[in-house]
Formats: sequence, C-alpha cells, structure tokens
Amino acid sequence: MTSGLWELVLRGIWTTVQLLVFSALLGAVVAFVVGVARTHQSRAVRFLAALYTTVFRGTSALIMIFWIYFVLPLSFGWQLVPMWAGTLALGLTYGAYGAEIVRGAIAAVDPAQREGGIALSFTPWQRMRLILLPQAVPEMIPPFSNLLIELLKGTALVSLMGMGDLAFSGNLVRLALQESAEIYTYILLIYFVIAFLLTRGMRGLEKKLKAGVGKEPRAGAGAARQPEVTGVGGVS
Amino acid sequence: MNWDWGAVADFMPHFWDGLLVTLQVLAIGSVISFVLGLVWALLMRVPSRWVTWPVGTVTEFIRNTPLLVQLFFLFYVMPEWGLTFSALTTGVVGIGLHYSTYTMQVYRAGIEAVPVGQWEAATALNLPLRRTWTAVILPQAIRRVVPALGNYVIAMLKDTPILMAITVLEMLGEAQLFARETFQFTEPLTVIGVAFIVISYLASLALRALERRLVH
Repeated sequence: MTSGLWELVLRGIWTTVQLLVFSALLGAVVAFVVGVARTHQSRAVRFLAALYTTVFRGTSALIMIFWIYFVLPLSFGWQLVPMWAGTLALGLTYGAYGAEIVRGAIAAVDPAQREGGIALSFTPWQRMRLILLPQAVPEMIPPFSNLLIELLKGTALVSLMGMGDLAFSGNLVRLALQESAEIYTYILLIYFVIAFLLTRGMRGLEKKLKAGVGKEPRAGAGAARQPEVTGVGGVS
Repeated sequence: MNWDWGAVADFMPHFWDGLLVTLQVLAIGSVISFVLGLVWALLMRVPSRWVTWPVGTVTEFIRNTPLLVQLFFLFYVMPEWGLTFSALTTGVVGIGLHYSTYTMQVYRAGIEAVPVGQWEAATALNLPLRRTWTAVILPQAIRRVVPALGNYVIAMLKDTPILMAITVLEMLGEAQLFARETFQFTEPLTVIGVAFIVISYLASLALRALERRLVH
C-alpha cells in the first residue's frame, strides 16, 4: 500500500473517532434523560419514555440511518450534513439501549437509600441527584462499556451512506488496489485496537468511580465481558 | 410531508419478498450461531491453553469488530481464495458466525450455572465424560439459556439489514431498490421501519411468554 492510501485510512480513522465521540455524547444524554424519565412519578412521562425505548430499540440502526438521511430531507425539508445525520441516528438508537441500562442501575440501588432520602425530606430531584445517581453510575460503567463497543461497530454503518469513515476508506483502497484481503485485515485490526482501548479506558473509569463510593471494582471486570447486559439483545 | 398510499401499495409485493429473505437469514443464521456458539463454549472448556487461547482470541476479535466489515471481508476476499458463494450464503454465514461469538458467552454462563453437585453426582455414578455432558450438564444448561439466546435472535433480526451492503435483497435492500426505481424514498423506508418495530415487539412478547413457561 502506498502512503497516499494510508492517508485515506488515517482520515477514515479520524472520521470514525469523531462520529464515535459525538454519538456517544448524544447517546449518553438521551440515555440519562430517558432512563431517569422512566422512574418519574407521572404516568404520562413514564409512558412516553417507555414508548421511546420501545420504538428506538425496536428498529434497526441502519434503517434509522437511511430514514434520517433520505426521508427527513424529502418529507420535512431538513437536510443534515452526513456527520450530524450519522450522529443523530446512532445517538438516538444507542441512547435507547443506554436508557435501559440507566433505568436498571437506578432500580438496583438499595431501596433503603431512597427511603432514607424520603425520611430526610429530600425532593425527588435531590434524591435522584444526591443519592441514587452517585451510587448507580459506577454500576452502569461495565454495561456502558459493552454498549460503547456496539456503538463503535455501529459507526461502520454510515459508510453505506457514502460517509468517509474507516470502513468506507477500506472500500476505496480495495477499489484502488483490486485486492481485498490485506486492506480488510488492516481495517478489522484497527477496529479491534480501538475497541481494546475503549474497554481499557472504561475499566479505568469504573475503578475510579467505584473508589469514589467506596466499592471494589467487579472481580475480573472486563476480562470476561458479560453479553447478558449489552442491552443490544435485551428487548425483554 | 407528502405521503402517497399508492406507493405503499406498489411497494407491498417487494416488501413480502424482502420479509421472506429476512426471515430466512434470521432462521438459518440463528441455527448457525446456536451450533457454533456451543462449539466455541465447549472448546473453551478444554483444559489446554493451546485450544482456549486461539479460540478465545478469534472470538473476541470477531465480537469486537463490525459485522459490516466482516461481511465485506467474506464477500470480497473469499473469491480471491477461490471460494465463491452467493451473497445470501455469505451473509447468512457471516451473521451466524458473528452472533456465535455472543451465544458462546450465553452458553458459558449457562454451563457455569449448573450446580457443582451435578458434576459430582456424574463422577460418583462413574459416567463417562460424553454422557456427563449430553445427559447431565447440557440439558440443564441449555434450558437456562433459552431466553438469553432468544434475545440474540432479536438482536440478529435488527442486524439483518446490514446484508444489503453485499447485495442481499432483504427488506432494506428491496426498499432501496424500489426507491431508486421510483424516486419514492419516504414510503418504503417508513414501511420497513415500522415493520421492524412491530416484528421485534411481537418477538419480545413471545420471548417473555416462553421465559415464563420455562420458569414454571
């Protein structure tokens, strides 16, 4: 491979990383807003949040990307640049999976903690902010770590819209060289390295957050990823 | 917003074709992932580093890289090595292989959840290793993991549209083909989007019913 082609791949990595960061941020916001909304006192708010997770987890990320890319401009006249279309589609979809993680972690906090908050006459928002979330967030990190890997794999889908991410640069190099084994092996390896670094980073974060609430990190965390909580499969 | 019911009616024959392909992919892909996943899970229990290390590395690699690029790899590289399969076959094998790396962890959890007393009883009864697995451990382990496997079938359903990238005409492929021919994007894409939500919602209800039956 020539240096020009490597430059193409580097630009692809940069696009993938950007997309990953933006959609992870949007996804985190969606996850916390919808996840916390599912514990709200009002039945209407809970229903809307549940509807959101059902709809966005029910459909496929790729179809969401197509829909935002092709249908929004035609039907509503909103033309988004590819980066934001991709961010929106991935953030909304994976945010819905994240919302289930947030809801589950909040529900798993010892009920006595909530009751203690009520006894001290905290408002619901104070209970959430000062008691429940600080204890729930460290527990969310391992499933979020798995979801982040799923999101990384999801970013490859935008290449089908012609966005120049890592997978797309692989296709360009294949067309240029008329040879595919080498470049696709490199592309897969690069994805694997990014995933490895993300897992490492999240494990460090978990350690730090758990130390903050006086807990030990889960034994063997990360060494054995737990697919049961990826959320991607968890529809029930 | 301009919605044309005529376009929906025109699209429906293509929709049913696509749905059929999607369900085929899902059915065969599930079988592949169930069988291969069990093979990986059993290989990981072989007491030799020469087996567990390669199997562990390869499955970890497949699990952490995008299905889309794996499909490109199978679709473009296999012919270079003299192995040519149809797009559908490639796609089914690719998605089945990808998900087998998830189901192997489900099986592993199921096997580890079998009480240790069962192993001891098998030893006490002097059962050979094969009988211990087929008559004692696996029947109990697999019963436990059925709901978790079902979750992965639903997840796989939502990944089947990726097969359009290697020219498989499943639902999204049909929708895109229709849109290109008629320049009507809104209706076919919305129809299949709603179809996915309905199918995965119904599937999750069915799975919950199955889970209740297995528990009682």
